[in-house]
Amino acid sequence: MSYEVVGITVLWIFLYGYLIVASIDFGAGFFSYYSHITNKKHVVHNIIQRYLSPVWEVTNVFLVFFFVGIVGFFPDTAYYYGTALLIPGSVAIILLALRGSYYAFATYGAKDSHLYSFLYGATGLLIPASLTTVLTISEGGYLVVDNGNVQLLYGELFTSAYSWGVVFLAIFSVLFISAAFLTYYASRAKDKPALEVVRKYALSWAGPTIITGIVVFFLLGKRNPVHFSNMMDLWWMFGISFVTFVAATVLIWKRRNYGTAFVLVMVQFFTAFFAYGSAHLPYLLYPYLTIYDGFTNDAMALALIIAFIGGLLLLIPSLILLMRLFLFDADYVEGKK
Amino acid sequence: MFGFEYDPVIYSRILTSLTLGFHIIFATIGVGVPLMIAIAEWMGIKRNDPHYTLLARRWARGFVVTVAVGVVTGTAIGLQLSLLWPNFMQAAGHTIGLPLFLEIFAFFFEAIFLGIYLYTWDRFKSKMKHFLLVIPIVIGASASAFFITTVNGFMNIPQGFEIVDGVLTNVSPLAAMFNPATPTKVAHVIITCYLTSAFILGTIAAIHLIKGNNHVYHKKALHLTMVSGAVFAIATAVIGDLSGKYLHEYQPEKLAAAEWHFETETEAPLILGGILTEDNEVKYALEIPYALSILAGGTPDSEVVGLNDFPEDELPPLWVHYAFDLMVGIGMYLSLVSVLFVVMSWRKKWNPLNKPLLWAIAAGGPLSMVAIESGWVFAEVGRQPWIINGIMRTEEGATTSAHVDVMFVLFVTLYIILGVTCAVVLRRMFKKNPVEHELEKRGMAQQKRVSNE
Repeated sequence: MSYEVVGITVLWIFLYGYLIVASIDFGAGFFSYYSHITNKKHVVHNIIQRYLSPVWEVTNVFLVFFFVGIVGFFPDTAYYYGTALLIPGSVAIILLALRGSYYAFATYGAKDSHLYSFLYGATGLLIPASLTTVLTISEGGYLVVDNGNVQLLYGELFTSAYSWGVVFLAIFSVLFISAAFLTYYASRAKDKPALEVVRKYALSWAGPTIITGIVVFFLLGKRNPVHFSNMMDLWWMFGISFVTFVAATVLIWKRRNYGTAFVLVMVQFFTAFFAYGSAHLPYLLYPYLTIYDGFTNDAMALALIIAFIGGLLLLIPSLILLMRLFLFDADYVEGKK
Repeated sequence: MFGFEYDPVIYSRILTSLTLGFHIIFATIGVGVPLMIAIAEWMGIKRNDPHYTLLARRWARGFVVTVAVGVVTGTAIGLQLSLLWPNFMQAAGHTIGLPLFLEIFAFFFEAIFLGIYLYTWDRFKSKMKHFLLVIPIVIGASASAFFITTVNGFMNIPQGFEIVDGVLTNVSPLAAMFNPATPTKVAHVIITCYLTSAFILGTIAAIHLIKGNNHVYHKKALHLTMVSGAVFAIATAVIGDLSGKYLHEYQPEKLAAAEWHFETETEAPLILGGILTEDNEVKYALEIPYALSILAGGTPDSEVVGLNDFPEDELPPLWVHYAFDLMVGIGMYLSLVSVLFVVMSWRKKWNPLNKPLLWAIAAGGPLSMVAIESGWVFAEVGRQPWIINGIMRTEEGATTSAHVDVMFVLFVTLYIILGVTCAVVLRRMFKKNPVEHELEKRGMAQQKRVSNE
């Protein structure tokens, strides 16, 4: 494997990590608000808080990792995406900032207000919507380079079916992933009433997720035929994704093996996300930038990869400790600690 | 927008200053306070004194709120660097990407253990186990500061690459990271984070004592923070001296600008305050003979290069002199106050808890933050007109996008909201749960009576 491919794979893994942990967090925010306005807050609030409190900070880091890493491995992306994404990027920063800090204010400041809850819920849907702009733009046609000046075509972005399809896919996926996880967490916590509520959420978002997924798949065919035909070559990965989706939904439906169901959901998104990503290669930004012309020098690439491996050796045991204490410790999950 | 022509470079600079100026308040606390928490928790275990343990607990509780703002503004600056300085980041990615990447690891490490630390106070049988969890937080926080400061060092003394026909080649990431600016800069940043955090926590204790709240808990807090503060202040002074020698050797124009030193000469005086006339004459300043030569080279006969030896379009604006003086002045004030406190507590007959000294300590927290800000302004503006010294001018690094001005307004609003809410939340948190209340709840009220003799 060339350095370029190793680099993009590393980054893609982190983005996948973010996709899962952030979806849980974003969806939880929405469900928390939704249960607030439907007077079911007392039922689900507890499990959401118990899970989120110790891990919220970690979530953000996955994202920072991705965008700092991509500038390290592919410095030219800073030039293209940095110039084009000033407004959507700034909006995403502001939403993330409001979300993160108000979560902490509400949790540690120990004041439960309607505004905090609303901010937390609303940003949970708006952040994925604004972040996916990057993936949309990468398909090409939303950006022009004129005399070395990079410009984003807002008209094109806001009127294209594909870009809206991606937005809805992102939101539905967030809700589905989150509900599937919370179902598992509630069952571990032996919290029957909460389990009933979040299980219903999971089942109701399963349909919209898979339908928009399929719709976006075909919309991409119109948008970027090259990428689409590459994706068709990887049809079996999308096949696995579909099968795992069905299996997960059936398990949740039958009230069985919620843990396995969540793992299947993770596999569903892993296969689809990596199939999408590897079919996108070699382009980082179609048709302007590939992983080969935007790559950093070999010395830096090697240093980054070594740093990455060293970092993982440090992080994985720490993450395992975190999960053992808060995710797999039955007493903690059940609220006895 | 403000009556002059839109220039993305100016707005990018203003917006970056805004974000960083706001972020470093929380970053400084984020690097320094974990160490103070660790010291307090350690004292609590070693002396078997629950007051110190409670101190660590309460500091940690306030700390996490500031961490939240630090995290989100840190995310903001991380993204903004690419959004506002795409050309700079393109060059930086090729040369100094390694520490940027490592900084995230350090922060990740810290974040994981902070989450564990906060939620496990009563979970382990042995107190020592819980104390061990704070160590990765201290290491992670200081390591973040280390890595990010090496990037700033690189911007001052870029090395570890060659430019052949406009193309960067022969890159050595380690040489770039361990540039000559790194040792003094890193030491200075980390030690002043510790110093500032000690003083901010000292301010809190001092204010309680001024208000007549004479609980021994606050006295212990004050003593702990001022003893640590004195140690950090002395270390800061030593490192400050080394920083002067570094500037003399590698960035004489920056030192000369800070000191309004125009003619290259030996036996150069140090200039404090004053104003500069149109013909570059210094008036109303306090001059300390030979001091600049001693700061720069260690002896009065060291030759210090003056501003006149540099091309005019490569000099920073000369008002950085004030930022520099403010930083140094406050630094000396902090060492004076903390050392005085230590000496007065050591001499049994003297009362370190006298009102004037308490007021002087109370002022120290806010002042130390002013010193952090002015020191940072000096470091950044003093490097102008370069974003990467001698390689890339600031205007070459900036974005060409429209609308940076609108973004500026948005971010001003965001930071006002965050700053105000953060202050309100912290106040309410500690007002609602005063220390006496918490001592009672934890069954430590008895010790209170004993200590009030």
